[in-house]
Amino acid sequence: MSTGASSDLCAYSIALGDDALILGQRLAEWVSNAPSLEEELALANVALDHIGRARMFYGHAAAVAADGRDEDTIAFGRDTRTFTNLLINELPRGDFAFTMVRQFLVDAFNVPFLAALAGSNEPTLAAIGEKALKESTYHLRRSRDWVQRLGDGTQESHDRAQRAADELWGYTRELFEPFAAEARLTTGGVTADRAALQPLWRQQVAATFDEATLRIPEDAWSIRGGRDGVHTEHLGYLLAEMQFMQRAYPGQRW
Amino acid sequence: MVNERHIDIVPAAHAARLAARRGSPDDSLWVLLDGVMDPEVPALSLWELGVLQDVRREANRVIVVVTPTYSGCPAMEAMEDAVRQRLGEAGYRDVAIERRLSPAWTTDWLSSAARRALHDYGIAPPETTTCPQCGSARTTPISEFGSTACKALYRCEECGEPFDYFKPH
Repeated sequence: MSTGASSDLCAYSIALGDDALILGQRLAEWVSNAPSLEEELALANVALDHIGRARMFYGHAAAVAADGRDEDTIAFGRDTRTFTNLLINELPRGDFAFTMVRQFLVDAFNVPFLAALAGSNEPTLAAIGEKALKESTYHLRRSRDWVQRLGDGTQESHDRAQRAADELWGYTRELFEPFAAEARLTTGGVTADRAALQPLWRQQVAATFDEATLRIPEDAWSIRGGRDGVHTEHLGYLLAEMQFMQRAYPGQRW
Repeated sequence: MVNERHIDIVPAAHAARLAARRGSPDDSLWVLLDGVMDPEVPALSLWELGVLQDVRREANRVIVVVTPTYSGCPAMEAMEDAVRQRLGEAGYRDVAIERRLSPAWTTDWLSSAARRALHDYGIAPPETTTCPQCGSARTTPISEFGSTACKALYRCEECGEPFDYFKPH
């Protein structure tokens, strides 16, 4: 593999790992805060699936880069400007409606995205895609169910779900925008073309929102920057908490 | 009580794993690892769970190939430690554990015997949401996720007891 291709692959694996780690961390914040024990278990399980996914992507990036980094240094040794997760993943968890609407919007993207990634000509990415797809399919079943229950529930739950959708909508555009390295990898058959997934995603989201009596927000605004390391103010606080131990005691192990 | 007799129909996915195991020259290693149980579901060995894929000797080293169940399952590390310990006790000090992601782990790899072992342990096996305690089919899901990544939580409307359901995956 040429140096350019391997650095693209490394950057791409880290970006996908960042998406999974940051969302996993947000979900994990519900532990001891969830509305019921069952939901707490569910949120923690989904969080673990995402964190496990991050480990696989980071491990692959480390193997490709072969420069001495490992999954831990990638996760705990970088600051906001070198994290390349999409912004939607880092937004604070909000209320339960916000967490579930975000999860639904992301799950509905992840299912077709991971299915496409499973067809990658790069064997490790394909294997991660195949494995994660089964989990995201299950996550989607639950997040879709919650969007329907909240949207078509009480006036209060409906209002909260609608408010979440309105707040999140402008962040969904970034899900479909490949960054430069990714676009090169797509041309080489290594990755899925995320831009091509938008029509199907929109159709599925619209169908669920319709059942949930929620309104699809207008495409009035959109915000991006995660892949360039330009983040919301929220990511710094998340990293400060998540990375504290490794920053204070570098290389510390349990 | 009627004494049930089971005629096992071996699923194709499990048959392929069995063939790989039977073709292995190191039967004693397999038998040794049959004693390593899932720490969360101690009714199943790692082989029965579908986590253990291969074990073989290369010179003085033992190579163990495992497939993780769920990406974030925290028990994977405990399983790998247990494999090392078991092999270590038998004198194998040089052990390398490889994680194989593809083909992805699936509950299709659970044999009929493994499914019965789950049931007898009190966990409803995949695709069977009848109550493992009283056998009633009147059950309702409580949560899509249970006490571990691989299980969902159900309740029996007949006997009133909650139970774990091993999710088809």
